[in-house]
Amino acid sequence: MDIKEIIQPENLVHKRTPLMTDATLSYCPGCGHGTAHHLVMEVIEEMGIQQDTIGIAPVGCSVLAYDFMDIDMSQAAHGRAPAVATGIKRLWPEKYVFTYQGDGDLAAIGTAETIHACNRGENIVIIFINNGIYGMTGGQMAPTTLEGMKSSTTPYGRDAKQMGHPLKITELVAQLPGTYYVTRQAVHKAGNVRKTRKAIMKAFEVQRDKKGLAFVEIVSNCNSGWKMTPNESNEWMEEHMFPFYPLGDIKVEGKIVKDLLKELM
Amino acid sequence: MGEIQLMKGNEAVAEAAIRAGLDAYFGYPITPQSEVLEYLTLQRPEERTGMVVLQAESEIAAINMVYGAAGTGKKVMTSSSSPGISLKMEGISYIAGAELPCLIVNVVRGGPGLGTIQPSQADYFQATKGGGHGDYRLLVLAPASVQEMADFVDKGMELAFKYRNPVMILSDGLIGQMMEKVELPQQKERVTEFDPSWATTGKTPDRERNIITSLNLDPEKQYEHNMKLQEKYARMKEDVMYETFDCDDAEFLLVAYGSSARICQKAVNVARSRGKKLGLLRPITLFPFPTEIIAKLSRQVKGILSAELNAGQMVEDVRLAVNGRIPVYHYGTPGGKIYSPDDILKAIDEKLMGGY
Ligand SMILES: Cc1ncc(C[n+]2csc(CCOP(=O)(O)OP(=O)(O)O)c2C)c(N)n1
Ligand code: SF4
Ligand SMILES: [Mg+2]
Repeated sequence: MDIKEIIQPENLVHKRTPLMTDATLSYCPGCGHGTAHHLVMEVIEEMGIQQDTIGIAPVGCSVLAYDFMDIDMSQAAHGRAPAVATGIKRLWPEKYVFTYQGDGDLAAIGTAETIHACNRGENIVIIFINNGIYGMTGGQMAPTTLEGMKSSTTPYGRDAKQMGHPLKITELVAQLPGTYYVTRQAVHKAGNVRKTRKAIMKAFEVQRDKKGLAFVEIVSNCNSGWKMTPNESNEWMEEHMFPFYPLGDIKVEGKIVKDLLKELM
Repeated sequence: MGEIQLMKGNEAVAEAAIRAGLDAYFGYPITPQSEVLEYLTLQRPEERTGMVVLQAESEIAAINMVYGAAGTGKKVMTSSSSPGISLKMEGISYIAGAELPCLIVNVVRGGPGLGTIQPSQADYFQATKGGGHGDYRLLVLAPASVQEMADFVDKGMELAFKYRNPVMILSDGLIGQMMEKVELPQQKERVTEFDPSWATTGKTPDRERNIITSLNLDPEKQYEHNMKLQEKYARMKEDVMYETFDCDDAEFLLVAYGSSARICQKAVNVARSRGKKLGLLRPITLFPFPTEIIAKLSRQVKGILSAELNAGQMVEDVRLAVNGRIPVYHYGTPGGKIYSPDDILKAIDEKLMGGY
């Protein structure tokens, strides 16, 4: 069989969504950001809501998300994406609004905006990329950096006594009445990609049905910031990140489905 | 004649916002401007016109809600007082950089820091020189009455859209809190159809996606963008506004804006009744600054006194306009203390007129 025979429509298992532009992704090879971008765009394509969707790009590695996503977008100041999304959604209640934010953006400088948008039950989707580090600025400690984890500002490992504990912001927002769907996923393996795609779809459906805020955390790698090869970083993520940030739904249809106290320990 | 009411300046701004057909207000309480949000929530603007009113969790959140909402192409505003405006400055810089129209009301109080809740004009520099980071300017309107608090909402919004630039109403605790008769504008319809060519309205197949951003990593592009902004700020000159009182035959000139201008107007009346040829120039736009008229008057008068409720800020712009031709002095009381017309007259005698 030559290649021409293989590339037939009936053999198509995956197609690149036209909602991703032709611009070359600015992400490091192996980084999870690109996969997460594709999934959000695939969902928007499948739901047929490109004309009705407005995205918010944060400050972080994904600051240029609007170069890659073929939808109307607004860039936001560091941490303020949920407030920017609130402003847009309040004026376009019939449109879909989502933020795409890193852990430094969402859980450090933007904690107040995150908590209050969740608490008001703003009818938006938040896609939260937790890579345990400040990727863009060169690998400094993030609120989510694990205990003992090295970064450029915790060169001897994060000492919780001195630098505080890693923050499980997702478990935190799940407890607020305004969140309707809260989940934690990953995108490093095909199986996880499928689950994350479903989760993002569900999140946009929650918005469509005006049920409240849908919050999708994606635990992801930052091979550059972690100073590992892409493969090493994924293995390290499974071994160290997932035990502390366990994957799965946390809140479904407004009800917490996990023993949060245990998770928060 | 429109409907007449007795209102506080802050209430007049709020009522005018509804009547100007604004789409949204986002704010956070702070004295001496909390009445704006209180009045708006009491009025149920969502029922009157469909206007959105939301109390944000902070001034930072409020200005970023404005940024997002302004990006949709609709008419939005926020208000605050000095410490809150300082918090908004990052957002204002982003709004200016992304060239979004919006209205920001600052009911100034005394500083620095938590300062005092008394009226002040100490935020002149912050308002007229940009305030946040980067080379940008706001178009700044300075009301001197409750009537102008009401009138400048629609006017400000019009200018904001004309230039796609944030406009600030620089008021103070005196104008915000005092009650005066005000003729309210007619109710305008909220415009639901508008130009979506640059706004985040949802990408349709017939156009490229719209992006609201202030980011240009390429220095060449950022340079181009900055030059375009500078050209726009220069163009704003065509909207310069000011008022003159008794300037025709004046030998000495007061320059004052906002509540200080009210006090100075009284001082001019008293001086004239004593036969002294004093005039007053009241800048209404602080940026663009009425440089030309001041330069012109500096060829006529013998000296100028810039009277401000601060330690001397606008006086620098007056001196630039005068360019050394005649002496320019400052008189002011920083920190929330208000001077009287008598204080002004005394300052004029001491600084300007000598034994006159
Ligand atoms: C007000 C402000 N403070 C700091 C920065 C610098 N800065 C840019 S990105 C970033 C951290 C981003 O980390 P994260 O949100 O985790 O995103 P990632 O790059 O890891 O995806 C910081 C601190 C900034 N741009 N603005
Ligand atoms: S620095 Fe980290 S988060 Fe940023 S693109 Fe590279 S791998 Fe991804
Ligand atoms: Mg990060």
